[in-house]
Amino acid sequence: MHELSITQSVLNIVIDHAQRACARRVIAINLVIGELTGFVDDSIQFYFDMLSPGTIAAGATLHIRRILARLRCRACGEEFMLKGSNWLCPKCLTSGGEILAGREFLIESIEVE
Amino acid sequence: MKVSVIEGILSANDEIAMQNKQVLDAHGICAINIMAAPGGGKTSLILRTIDALRHLLRIAVIEGDVASTVDADQVATKAIPVVQINTGGACHLEAPMLRRALEQLPLEGLDLLLIENVGNLICPVEFKLGEDLNVMIASVPEGDDKPYKYPSIFVAVDAVVINKIDLLPYVHFDIAAFRKLVLGMNPGVKIFEVSCETGLGIESWAEWIVQQRERKQK
Repeated sequence: MHELSITQSVLNIVIDHAQRACARRVIAINLVIGELTGFVDDSIQFYFDMLSPGTIAAGATLHIRRILARLRCRACGEEFMLKGSNWLCPKCLTSGGEILAGREFLIESIEVE
Repeated sequence: MKVSVIEGILSANDEIAMQNKQVLDAHGICAINIMAAPGGGKTSLILRTIDALRHLLRIAVIEGDVASTVDADQVATKAIPVVQINTGGACHLEAPMLRRALEQLPLEGLDLLLIENVGNLICPVEFKLGEDLNVMIASVPEGDDKPYKYPSIFVAVDAVVINKIDLLPYVHFDIAAFRKLVLGMNPGVKIFEVSCETGLGIESWAEWIVQQRERKQK
């Protein structure tokens, strides 16, 4: 459900940048979404299809680049990828860690004509 | 043609959150965003906090809910300022909603603002409101595996309140394992063990709020 308001934000930002670039239409939107955010690709696509008709971004393709969660163990400094719900350091088995990647949520670029 | 954007999708919300924070700071008000799953005990904790601190601090409450004024009505019985926000379906509060609610509060006469977010462990944490502190409640009947399932909220909060500890004899909840896991994810987090039913543990939670507010005053 929360994808509705964030998709509206995506659309607002995209329209703003497309207008500044004097574009006729937006062909593609490149998003970056970290694994640890609660945002679902399919829902964003669903709401985009609902909200974009009638705007300069109607018919644009959404490209979503997912960033996997990467952690650094606070005990031994080992860097590791989060595997599912396993937050254990593979080296020393300490749970948790500093999040190095996975919380991204941004529009990287748009393609316009 | 490719146009580089590099803009955080929540930047419009974050901008208004910053303005809300400036308004709160200007009045010396400490604002606490309280998040939990439905039924975790947000309203109960707020009611207990009012009772514990009303002789020390001038408190107001903002109640966020999808619908109804059930919670706001309960808070209103405490005779303190309360504003109900009905999100009308949205699963979290956003900064513009808080801005409208702040306009309805007597900010000049307040020290502490308790904000009850919509019951949900996923998206409230992504939307800044302008708060000073983020707190989540994890109640023991929900199980001790919540940090695995909802890591984003556990790494983002300043305090975790373990509520309903009076139910520990009846449900499986390994407090030691839970603490270890949460502290591994978020070493700076403060953890409180309380029962809003019996009042156990509320005192140290209330003391922490007073300390946090004093820190803000300095």
